[in-house]
Amino acid sequence: MIRNTKNDTLIAYVLIAPFLVIYGLIFVYPTINMFILSFQDAPLISFGPQSAEWTGLDNYTRLPDDRRFGTAFWNTAYFVLLTVIPGTLVALAIALGITRLSGRIQSLVLALFFLPYILPVSVVYRIWDWTLNFQFGIAMHLFDALGIDRIPIFKTSTWFMPAVAFVTIWWTCGFSILLFLAGLRAIPVEFYEAAELDNAGRWTVFRKLTWPLLWPVTALVLTIQLILQLKIFDQVYLFTTGGRPNDNLVMVYYIYQRAFQNDDGGRAAAIAVVLFVMVIVVSVLNFQLLRLAERKT
Amino acid sequence: MTPDTTRRYNIAGGIITIITVIAALIWAFPIYWGIVSSFKLEDEVVRPYIELWPENPTLRHYWFALTQTQIGSWYLNSVVTALGVTVLTVSTSLLAGYALSQLRFPGRRPLWWLILASFMVPTQVLIINHFVLIANMGLLNTWAGIILPQLIHPVVIIVYKQFFDQVPREFREAAVMDNASEFRILTKVYIPMNWGVTTALSIVTFIWAWNAFLWPFLAVTRTEMMTITVGITQVSDAFGVYYARQLASAVLAGFPVALAYLLFQRRVTQAITLSAGIKG
Repeated sequence: MIRNTKNDTLIAYVLIAPFLVIYGLIFVYPTINMFILSFQDAPLISFGPQSAEWTGLDNYTRLPDDRRFGTAFWNTAYFVLLTVIPGTLVALAIALGITRLSGRIQSLVLALFFLPYILPVSVVYRIWDWTLNFQFGIAMHLFDALGIDRIPIFKTSTWFMPAVAFVTIWWTCGFSILLFLAGLRAIPVEFYEAAELDNAGRWTVFRKLTWPLLWPVTALVLTIQLILQLKIFDQVYLFTTGGRPNDNLVMVYYIYQRAFQNDDGGRAAAIAVVLFVMVIVVSVLNFQLLRLAERKT
Repeated sequence: MTPDTTRRYNIAGGIITIITVIAALIWAFPIYWGIVSSFKLEDEVVRPYIELWPENPTLRHYWFALTQTQIGSWYLNSVVTALGVTVLTVSTSLLAGYALSQLRFPGRRPLWWLILASFMVPTQVLIINHFVLIANMGLLNTWAGIILPQLIHPVVIIVYKQFFDQVPREFREAAVMDNASEFRILTKVYIPMNWGVTTALSIVTFIWAWNAFLWPFLAVTRTEMMTITVGITQVSDAFGVYYARQLASAVLAGFPVALAYLLFQRRVTQAITLSAGIKG
């Protein structure tokens, strides 16, 4: 290099300055504040040093006895269970179907499966609220045909989470489908030609060839889904309006409720820290697993 | 392979293909159903049997949404804030990605740590402190207040760095020989060579920002400052239970992103696979 490094350094700092200012202001600073706030008793409105009071670990020690926190925690876990693995399997099945197609049909079919992912959550909410409407929803004709009693799905606590999970899979599946398609395309055709020469059946090819070679992508999809679904809020909030929010709480919803409806910044921050730790632990574990999976293949 | 097994193979394959196509149609049907219902009269919508096509197609719900609600302001707010998020995110990420990829400077490693950290921290946990920050800055109910906390998209930097890393060294060495400034190298070599990525990243960032719900929902309390994604769910009470009307406003809210996707299908899918760390 002909250039002196001092000059390089100066230019680099100028280039990263806008990024640093933004991330400092809206990422580093709020993150530190979240931890500080979690040790205080502070209202959210009129937040400031004068109204905040240090309470030590109080906000945390109250969590185990907090019924709403328990609901939020277990509902989040339940939601993850209902969406992550089922959603991944559905996406894999669809991707396997799509790779068989070619040309225009392929892009059309992909577009049909992918379109929901591109829509805002409020549109998804309107569509499904209408489709599953207790009185006039078109899905209720299906219920009638199958001889199932009509139920106000989003008003019953038994059906709420499975229904929201179903809608979520429908909404976010397109993303996983894209990743699986990219993964399937990366498998060399020669492998399949060799399998064909060996007269291997469809299922054998999938089990012995496609599945193991696709495993790194599958692990990636599972990871992304898991982290995404831990942070669920929008759909639960929208579908629960007019229903029973306290039965359907999830972690982010509870943060919102504590902070913005109970004006209790400190306790809300403590819940946020718990979710923060959950997501970080899951991410770190997952990335280690991903690395293992990559080393194996 | 004997001819017999080949035929069996093809029949099974054909069945899978047909199932896939039918499944795709069923999958997208609720979207179709929502759109069709928005063109029906209210009393037609609630008929107890299925009508796949409106008997008397009407635009009155769209007319109502456009003239009797604040959807016009919501559209404007969405366009401005989504463009703001896109321009700021893409430009700052481009510069930072370039520095990370091409320059050696002290503090490079901590910078990576910062990016990775922001990758892992869910922005949802920051809503309380974002709210306090934006409130203290006096930016609630403003475009700037909606935009600012949405600027954390570290993945855009990472994608830019990957693409800049792939530009052959010779280009840079030749430019340095000619005594071109760093700024010139960036604008005349690196940016033009990567227009495709910039387009793709801009489109998806725009879609993400348009679709953002949680933060715009918290940052705005005045109905005329809402983005359309939030607005159509918050003012529904005023509509009562006019299903077709609600659906018409939902169609209006989803239309721009759906159109962006249909027009730039390949770019969108490319950017989304890239954002997950897979080379599309």
